[in-house]
Amino acid sequence: MRRWMENTFRLGIKEFASLSRDVVMVVLIVYVFTFAVYSEATAMRTDVNGASVAVIDDDRSTLSGRIRDALQPPYFRAPVEVDRSQLDALMDKGAFAFILDIPRGLEADLLAGRAPTIQVNVDATGISQAGAGTAYIEEIIARETASFLKRGSETTALPVRPVIRAMFNPNLEAISFTASMGVINNVTILAIILVGAAVMREREHGTIEHLLVMPVRASEIVAAKIWANGFVVLLAAAFSLHVVVAIALGATIVGSVELFLAGTAIYLFAVTSLGIMLATVANSMPQFALLSIPVFVVMFLLSGSFTPFESMPRFLQLVMDLSPSTHYVRFAQSVLYRGADVEVVWPDLLTMVGLGVAFVGVALFRFKVMLAQQS
Amino acid sequence: MEAESVPAVSLTGVYHAYGKSVALRHLDLSVPSGSRLAVVGPDGVGKSTLLGLIAGVRRIQRGSVHVLEGDMASASHRTKAAPRIAYMPQGLGRNLYPTLSVFENIDFFARLYSQAEGYRRQRIERLLQVTGLTPFAGRPAGKLSGGMKQKLGLCCALVHDPDLLVLDEPTTGVDPLSRRQFWTLIARIQAERPAMTVIVATAYMEEAGDFDRIVAMDDGAIIADGTRSDLLARTGADSLEQAYTELQRPDRRGPRVTPSFPSLEPDGGPPAIVAEDLTMRFGDFIAVDHVSFRIQRGEIFGFLGSNGCGKTTTMKMLTGLLPATEGHAQLLGKPVDARDITTRMRIGYVSQSFSLYEELSVRGNLELHGRLCGIGGKELAERVEEALRRFELAGVAATSPDALPLGMRQRLQLAAACLHRPDVLILDEPTSGVDPAARNRFWSLLVEMSRRDRVTIFISTHFMNEAERCDRVSLMHAGRVLAVGTPRELQAERGAHSLEDAFISYLEESAPTDRGTGSADAVEPFAETSSPRHETAALVPGGSLWMSLKRIWTFAHREALEVARDRIRLAFALLGPLLLMAAFGYGISFDIEGLRYAVLDRDQSRESRLFLDQFSNSRYFVEQSGLNDELEVDRRLRSGELTFAVDVPPGFGRDLLQGRRPEVGFWVDGGNTFPAETARAYILGAVQTYAAGFARQSGRTEGPFAAAVMVEPRFRYNQDFRSVFAITPGSMMLLLIIFPAMLTALGVVREKEMGSIANVYASPATVGEYLLGKQLPYVAIGILSYVSLLLFAGAVLGVVPKGSLLALSVAALVYVFAATAFGLLVSAFVSTQVAAIFGTAILTAMTAAHYSGFLVPASSHEGPGRIMGLAFPSLWFQTVSLGVFAKGLDAKAFIGEIAVLLGFALAFLLVARLSIRKQET
Repeated sequence: MRRWMENTFRLGIKEFASLSRDVVMVVLIVYVFTFAVYSEATAMRTDVNGASVAVIDDDRSTLSGRIRDALQPPYFRAPVEVDRSQLDALMDKGAFAFILDIPRGLEADLLAGRAPTIQVNVDATGISQAGAGTAYIEEIIARETASFLKRGSETTALPVRPVIRAMFNPNLEAISFTASMGVINNVTILAIILVGAAVMREREHGTIEHLLVMPVRASEIVAAKIWANGFVVLLAAAFSLHVVVAIALGATIVGSVELFLAGTAIYLFAVTSLGIMLATVANSMPQFALLSIPVFVVMFLLSGSFTPFESMPRFLQLVMDLSPSTHYVRFAQSVLYRGADVEVVWPDLLTMVGLGVAFVGVALFRFKVMLAQQS
Repeated sequence: MEAESVPAVSLTGVYHAYGKSVALRHLDLSVPSGSRLAVVGPDGVGKSTLLGLIAGVRRIQRGSVHVLEGDMASASHRTKAAPRIAYMPQGLGRNLYPTLSVFENIDFFARLYSQAEGYRRQRIERLLQVTGLTPFAGRPAGKLSGGMKQKLGLCCALVHDPDLLVLDEPTTGVDPLSRRQFWTLIARIQAERPAMTVIVATAYMEEAGDFDRIVAMDDGAIIADGTRSDLLARTGADSLEQAYTELQRPDRRGPRVTPSFPSLEPDGGPPAIVAEDLTMRFGDFIAVDHVSFRIQRGEIFGFLGSNGCGKTTTMKMLTGLLPATEGHAQLLGKPVDARDITTRMRIGYVSQSFSLYEELSVRGNLELHGRLCGIGGKELAERVEEALRRFELAGVAATSPDALPLGMRQRLQLAAACLHRPDVLILDEPTSGVDPAARNRFWSLLVEMSRRDRVTIFISTHFMNEAERCDRVSLMHAGRVLAVGTPRELQAERGAHSLEDAFISYLEESAPTDRGTGSADAVEPFAETSSPRHETAALVPGGSLWMSLKRIWTFAHREALEVARDRIRLAFALLGPLLLMAAFGYGISFDIEGLRYAVLDRDQSRESRLFLDQFSNSRYFVEQSGLNDELEVDRRLRSGELTFAVDVPPGFGRDLLQGRRPEVGFWVDGGNTFPAETARAYILGAVQTYAAGFARQSGRTEGPFAAAVMVEPRFRYNQDFRSVFAITPGSMMLLLIIFPAMLTALGVVREKEMGSIANVYASPATVGEYLLGKQLPYVAIGILSYVSLLLFAGAVLGVVPKGSLLALSVAALVYVFAATAFGLLVSAFVSTQVAAIFGTAILTAMTAAHYSGFLVPASSHEGPGRIMGLAFPSLWFQTVSLGVFAKGLDAKAFIGEIAVLLGFALAFLLVARLSIRKQET
């Protein structure tokens, strides 16, 4: 056992040497955990945030002016006034997500009790914003109309006053969500490729074969790859979360970062094992590259970090339960946003361990088959 | 034909250094046209650098190199001269394409030199016949033995009738029979084309002896220059090998080892290695056929045999790397067992190809090796120092192996194998490519270990003078052992006057048919067909557009063949996108329904229940079991069970009826912002509906609900508001960049890692032609992928393009072109395949998924993300894809986007072109 630990440690140290020699790779890693996370968090938002709006104002009344002015940041960008003749062309180009069409005589009709209509043109191809954005616009129009009718007095429009409070993230700021999900996705891609390609490289260069003639077990080689590369990714993720997400982006992390990192370590065990397994299934580096694409793309688009997991069809949810990323995303959301503790997240942690063990098992089995095939 | 007086090669004051280490110091050399020159010298004295400079694949640092009447520093002369020079780099078949067949490999080189079809075919058949490779024409190069690879390499070099043949250690690792055939072949070609100049670097002194002129190098300079007899006379030696050793600096010479050393005295113990009826089958092919032998402790047992006869496989079975199909093997008295770690501690193994870590220094490799064998602390440091000294690696201890010449790399492998003082050494051609002096010293070490420490040594070699030093040798051919005995016995048995002759006689006897064709019995003159050459050669230097297109086609053809060979990869490339499109189409959905909520009703009145019915009756919400207190609200939201909770305060019903507008609390899980926003919007909607109903019921027709502004949303392009319509055009954008880019991303860097990039350096083709040729097959795959995605989207997902199909197809073609160009660009920049894969994955997947309008309209991006989106082709294709699929626009609308895409493609290619140099440094 001591030998096992020692050899695993030594071989792991060697991994660091390999990585540090590949300057481009190091630069890429730094890039994805700093700049990429930052730009993703600031640009990529699934909430209605800075949606582009235009207004066709044919009424030019106090009411239409109020409605126009009420479309404000952060939800909307300051609306641009356009002409009706441009409507179709602008929508076609995707220049605006919403275009409000305020008809002539809006105010007069309202005052006469004729219930005028404002048409809202919604670019429904931007499904993430279209629904919620329309609801906001409706709310704004209703509010402004009510306040217009009361001539500025306290509004008593609704018989009940709904008080909606967002727990854990009071302003529904997407930054902390997007940023930490960005870190998670980077962890996934990096872990699979870094480890998988490292194994593939050793296969192609014959170094694994050489190690197996020495007093080294296959399990030691696998364990060394997992711990060393996992460690690099863990460090990068910790840095990204502490420095980039918390300081540079100023996002609030509700839960325990330590628990999150512990869970990340478990997740890394599972995904690095997956990477090794893929490397033992493929026969060459180009094959590995192609094999890894569907794996990491599915893992990062369908595990709930992009779109709500619950919105997926049932059978796909079942399939994705086999992906460690699904459990990790659920775990991370619980810990980072809702401050959940171990009592809540242990089933996901345990599942990740189980999946990791299964992947390692397959990888070790394939190792033997692969060596026999090579000659 | 050139005038005899003009030298084919002339170098003056050539100086070359790699960082601080100097490879050539002010070297002058002139080689007359039509002469034969052998360059000999220890490893790492600059032989390869010299040859690389002459062949034009290395950039000249200082001094002048004139080859074939022109200055090799000038690119235009190199282009002109390239078709007249043939260069074969060091290493067993490093410049060959392993998945292509023998014929296809030669054919590729012939096409590269623009030979006409009929002529090409004739010539290849000729070369195959002369080298005896005809029976193997269809075999993939990767499955050839070392010697056959070298012959194939020679065929590839000779296919275009060069005037200058530059061969860098062409016979290293080649068995004696093949070697003999190889030189016969060269001699005959030269006899028929006397103007051809041949320059060869070699480690075999006997081979150098047959050359007109021998140049011995040491430490970047020429230390001797003359004919064989000149050298012998000068040193007073009786063999060239000895003469060479004498010429070296005294400190390099090392001990003289005489072939006689104390003979082995059997100690009566059990044999160290026993093989009984060892057999290995790979499918139908029997690699090793019932091989048996016993090796005594302390014996040096030589393993000789032609290339590919099963030596390596036998050795692997002894180490436990390969389980034997039949028979069994014993090592140190125990059956060979791959799981037996203690036995492995007692074995040292050197594999044929370099298998230590390129990324560690020489010292680092030795230290790792020692530690893995359980040596640590002071002892390790001592042993590493000793090994560095013994194997003369101290000077390069901090260098990484990839910067070392072949011979030094071999020495490093030996040093590692001996470091833990094993009882058994299994050495698979450990001295291939090692210079004579170093081999000498190595053998004295082996003898010492064998006789003093009784280490058993099982060694395979192609050097006959090494075989002569073994206690016993075994001759192997085609998986079977032909003879076992002491060298003297074998020689006597065949009545041969040297071991080499005996060996060849055994081989020829056992297999007269498949090997004999290559030697002297091919009587037809070789150069007979070479007359049309002058016409083709005349066409090449012009570099006309037609020639250029032909070369692009040649690269494309080769790449396409390689792709076609790798069915698995092709399947991944075509099925992967379909699988992902299906997953996205079904999986990515923003259609939120069934939000889970629970109620804390502290009023329990009829009014509160009526209010709450508004939620439980909606399809957007699913009610969970009720809440009892605020703590529970927090707990259940925290665990993610609920998306929101409703808190109805006490006195709700009373306050409502009295018009006091009671507050209702909604606690929404804000962690995941998208569902939270959606929940918020739905809640507001539900409350408004409730309010309208309440107003109607209570008969209040006054107020805002009577006369309000109606809002009529018009969901354009996607009336049913279904995610699949919005996702599918984006999936196409995403998949058509990730896959094609990944296909080409390994293109250049893999060739760099494997060594076949040297062909581009040495050929008349430009880097641009090479890149374009490499790209074309993948563009074709990308188009195929586009068509399949289009059909899949229509037939399975029901998403049909409403607008101009022509615009979409043209945009897709240009987009795929840009994607593959981007892959090449990444490939040109990185130094390892790992970085190429990761870089491509990150750059394409992230940019396409995040900043190109896939899930979030690009118009709402800001800051760096917006810039990244605009600076990548995906966003532009997304506009077209969405426009055609969802918005039904016609072709006119997209002219700008297509032009931008084309611009990206050309810019990527241009940058890739500029970042690959056509010469090594």
